[in-house]
Amino acid sequence: MAFDTSPQAGTSHPVDTADIAIIGAGPAGMAAAIVARRHGASVVLLDEQAAAGGQIYRGITTAPAERLDVLGADYGAGASLVAAFAACGARHITGAAVWQVTAERQVHYLNEGGVRSLRADRVLLCTGAMERPFPIPGWTLPGVLTAGAAQILLKGSGVAPTRPVVLAGCGPLLYLLGWQYVRAGVPIAAIVDTTDGADYRRAIRHAGGALAGWRYLKKGLSLMAALKQAKVPFYKGATELHVLGKEQATGLGFVSGGTLRMVDSPLVLLHQGVVPNTQFSWSLRAKHQWDEAQLCWSPVTDAWGELDVPGIFVAGDSGGIGGARVAALQGELAGLAAVTQNGKLTAAIRNNLAAPLRAEMREHLFIRPFLDALYRPKKANRIPADDTVVCRCEEVTAGDIRGYVGLGCSGPNQAKSFGRCGMGPCQGRQCGLTVTELIADKRGVSPEEIGYFRIRPPIKPITLGELAREA
Amino acid sequence: MPTDSLFQPLAQAGAHTAKTVTVTFNGEPLQVPAGSSVAAALLAAGVKRFRNSPVSGVARAPYCMMGVCFECLLEIDGEPNRQSCLVALEAGMSIRTQDGMRDLLAESHDPATALTQTMEAPHGV
Repeated sequence: MAFDTSPQAGTSHPVDTADIAIIGAGPAGMAAAIVARRHGASVVLLDEQAAAGGQIYRGITTAPAERLDVLGADYGAGASLVAAFAACGARHITGAAVWQVTAERQVHYLNEGGVRSLRADRVLLCTGAMERPFPIPGWTLPGVLTAGAAQILLKGSGVAPTRPVVLAGCGPLLYLLGWQYVRAGVPIAAIVDTTDGADYRRAIRHAGGALAGWRYLKKGLSLMAALKQAKVPFYKGATELHVLGKEQATGLGFVSGGTLRMVDSPLVLLHQGVVPNTQFSWSLRAKHQWDEAQLCWSPVTDAWGELDVPGIFVAGDSGGIGGARVAALQGELAGLAAVTQNGKLTAAIRNNLAAPLRAEMREHLFIRPFLDALYRPKKANRIPADDTVVCRCEEVTAGDIRGYVGLGCSGPNQAKSFGRCGMGPCQGRQCGLTVTELIADKRGVSPEEIGYFRIRPPIKPITLGELAREA
Repeated sequence: MPTDSLFQPLAQAGAHTAKTVTVTFNGEPLQVPAGSSVAAALLAAGVKRFRNSPVSGVARAPYCMMGVCFECLLEIDGEPNRQSCLVALEAGMSIRTQDGMRDLLAESHDPATALTQTMEAPHGV
């Protein structure tokens, strides 16, 4: 591949600037853009997808009526936010793969095959969540996808399983997808739920919060009732999950009610909650903390979402899981703080505008401790047995990593040099949490003490040729 | 479209079940549903293997569909390591499964080019 060797390559076009750059067009990013535009800031929003909405409202601008009906009212509610964003006057750059954000607030990205960069006074990272790794035997086989992946296929393309499908794990998204499949007439072979009696007993301690967040509770209960009414086979307290098949998934094996069971299906959809997508905040060397309730890392911020990297904010699920409405409210708060730093608002006005947002956010967060306790993923599905692959890219097993610890490996970055784990194309996105918890468990210390992979840019694939051509 | 496909466009979910386009998949013409990402279209057309793992050579296919797992990497119009769940499908695309470093070197007519491409693969695919 030829390098561009012409003199002054790319330096002819002017430097692109904005008061505020936002990464991610989900609820947090869209809400932040709207509020920042309202107060007179110039806004550039960069997003990887072809249309606004993030994963939660993916495809909302193009979904036909039948699909909106199948996906339900909460999905449809995203349309008004997307419309308000489209009308707010922010520059929306679609298909943008941001591969670096610097502490000096330079944003580097790939777009339409070219390399671009942007200098912003303030940067808001609204990169959302990703599904928690689900390392069980056979999870790398073709035919195993996350429930979120299957829902993206439904939202974005109206594509659904051909044959009766197995859904396994725990958490609201798993039951929501089941409910959407029932509405679409897609047959479900089984829902294999890892939630057990102990989870309910632990969660009930947070019943007060659950009742205060009764809207969420009501929705959850109605999903479960609809699945029951549709007579979807439902297995509770499932353990020892393993995907069957050699070259391709052929089903799921598990133990429920003391019996080993096998459900045949060429398609197994796994889910055990979502975790913050923290690639940018890690790559900026921002301080992170281990969240023991949500079993994940979250960046440390002030009350407005600002990191310990001045002028860079995090809003929405990439700062900690709160759901779509909380994400939008956090986006507004970060937007207000950013425009105040831009000099467009006084601190007093910012605080007045923020007060009702904070009050609403508290209401939406009441349910969270209950959900976190009820759907806490099982240790065996987070810290697997020795023969299970942990790093999908480099095919490093849990046993390999335990072996490294035995040889003196003390943390994730050392584990990389022992066996390349976390060094494949996904850069640890699919194994990072597992590696931290595995090493912590083996050494008998807290994940906080173990730390995480050192994430370096580029955080999206970019070739040396592209890099050399950047303005 | 093959009957053993894992996924299918669903009229009840508002898919345009009739609308298809033709792409080239590993040198053969393939009819795929229009209007989605490359990964979604191939899944709905019955493609089960997207690449081989460069380590053990086992088959892999899309897992997350949102750009974080990198299991859906394909060669699209001559460019390797494309995240096919993030690439919009276009008629006439030339798409190839990606079979690790060994095959990349073996299949290429020009070993020097292959080596450069391999080195340019950002994270050592």
